[in-house]
Amino acid sequence: MKIHEYQAKEIFSRYQIPVTNEKVCYTKDEVVAAAEKFGMPVVVKAQVHAGGRGKAGGVKLAVNMEEAAKAAEKIIGMDIKGYTVEKVLVAEGVKFNAEFYVGMTIDRNTKSVLFMASAEGGVEIEEVAKENPDAIHKFVIDPDLGMTDFLARKIAFKLFTDMNLVKQAVSLFKKLYQIFIDTDASLVEINPLVITDDGRLLALDGKMNFDDNALYRQPDIEVLNEPSEDEKKEIAAKESGLTYIRLDGNIGCMVNGAGLAMATMDIIKHFGGSPANFLDIGGSSSPQKVIDAMTLLMSDKNVKVIMINIFGGITRCDDVAKGIVIALDQMKLDIPIVIRLSGTNAEEGLKIIKEKNLPTVRSLSEAAQEAIRLIS
Amino acid sequence: MSILINKSTKLIVQGITGRDGSFHTGKMKDYGTNIVAGVSPGKGGQTVHDIPVYNTVEEAVKATGADTSIIFVPAPLAGDAILEAADGGVQLVICISEGVPTLDMVKATNYLKKKNVKLIGANCPGLITPGESLIGILPANIFKKGNVGLMSRSGTLTYLMVSLLTDNGLGQSTCVGIGGDPVAGLYYQELLQMFEDDPETEAIVLIGEIGGDAEERAAQYIKEHITKPVVAFIAGQTAPPGKRMGHAGAIISSGSGTAEEKIAAFEAIGVPVARLPKDLPGLVKQKLAERK
Repeated sequence: MKIHEYQAKEIFSRYQIPVTNEKVCYTKDEVVAAAEKFGMPVVVKAQVHAGGRGKAGGVKLAVNMEEAAKAAEKIIGMDIKGYTVEKVLVAEGVKFNAEFYVGMTIDRNTKSVLFMASAEGGVEIEEVAKENPDAIHKFVIDPDLGMTDFLARKIAFKLFTDMNLVKQAVSLFKKLYQIFIDTDASLVEINPLVITDDGRLLALDGKMNFDDNALYRQPDIEVLNEPSEDEKKEIAAKESGLTYIRLDGNIGCMVNGAGLAMATMDIIKHFGGSPANFLDIGGSSSPQKVIDAMTLLMSDKNVKVIMINIFGGITRCDDVAKGIVIALDQMKLDIPIVIRLSGTNAEEGLKIIKEKNLPTVRSLSEAAQEAIRLIS
Repeated sequence: MSILINKSTKLIVQGITGRDGSFHTGKMKDYGTNIVAGVSPGKGGQTVHDIPVYNTVEEAVKATGADTSIIFVPAPLAGDAILEAADGGVQLVICISEGVPTLDMVKATNYLKKKNVKLIGANCPGLITPGESLIGILPANIFKKGNVGLMSRSGTLTYLMVSLLTDNGLGQSTCVGIGGDPVAGLYYQELLQMFEDDPETEAIVLIGEIGGDAEERAAQYIKEHITKPVVAFIAGQTAPPGKRMGHAGAIISSGSGTAEEKIAAFEAIGVPVARLPKDLPGLVKQKLAERK
């Protein structure tokens, strides 16, 4: 789960990490009022769940009220990578003389929280990682010890020589780690972390992502969720035990298991077709789940054929077959359907399908080819 | 021989009184897995499928000499259940629970490393040594005893691959589902080495998927340490970037973790990658023939 910059910085503030004076605004008038309050210059920044907002024109510096109003007009309502900007952050302009990057994420290989720091802040860290990987210092944090003083100092000395800055950095890094742990984050970034004219460290920007699996114990974080239209559909699917991701193609897929669902998409593409979605119906196979899945597939108007691929393990193919039959009785399906059942109780399942005069295929490759044939 | 589990493995089931725990205990017992005890706090003294239930792992291990534990408890409790298993004295823990918070897994994997206890999962289908022991939720009927060692990040895709192997006369020494989460227990490197050291395993199948760089690291490890033939498959060749494909680990972020990169890494070291699942058995046979 993602949150906005202003929300991340509110969390930073709660832990006494210094951030800019700022206010989130929804209208031009609010932007102008905020700019008046802070004094010039101000920065107006789009708050959307999409990267690269700067490049897209979603961040503007305003040196007078007129520019602030203009920036508000321009940014509010603009589209950034499919997201409409509904709110902007107005932040007091800060004079600074150096930019740094600090961030934390989960490292799969060391199975630990990884702290990253770089003197090359203010640019996209992915670019730094590609072009100058040595410029990013990485530190594995022992979960038993957490962010110790010595580790925080070790990191700080990679970035700063001035003892005053090192002291500030040690305190900031320890707080940042505490935030990561307290909120079940999956990513925390300050980019850039700046040294202001008067020698203070300050978070100019902030980014946080969270572990979806832990949201149940993070009610304060969960309320910040603002799902997009596609994500709302995915969340609704999840509530019926389905994992759904919409894609651009026209072959609606229903599969049990994430890996098999991905492989099914791959096979469709291999034979020249295009999957309309990723849909994992998971482990159990109640008829209701199959009905929900079919309804979901049909809600996408691009879907021209439905391809069902089930490998029965815990899922029993005869249960799925019953579900398909009930679903087809309840809803009027005006597009063709291709069904492949294999594994536990496949023969029983295929019998049920055949009794309804629905076509079945043996192998996954055949299923994909048949689906493609039916729409061409 | 086999890896990790065999006929003499003594298993306890944490969460044996729950719906899934009880159901799969029955299935595993039917297969012949030696289940010696169950654990469910507050239900000590009961029995499930004639298996005695204890309140704590420690009690269960003391009473039965169990060396392995499988976990079916709800995700919010799973991290603690893994810690309890390791503290209780088992040597191998298999966690089936799906949706365990990542930081709980960071804590658990770190503790188990210190205790020198092995972990498989979480969010995995378990493992099987055909004809000897099944620990997990895998469908027993598709497996056949043989000489192919298999490891996979996915569940049902594994079943598809295994049934293709079995149908083509290629039985398995041990099959391990390592799970699809970002932070998990045993991974490719450790399992590759175990299969390399297992005299019964003649070829290794690695089923990976998009996300992370575990497959690339596995390729590097194979190049340096593995002499047995390895054949791979990568799911998610057509997955779009930035979308999480069901498994928390299966996400392509900022151009890395793609199937293309993983396939290239394997092919560069002479590990063939099946483009379609049905191509897998042929590649395994070809590699085995080359070796002889």
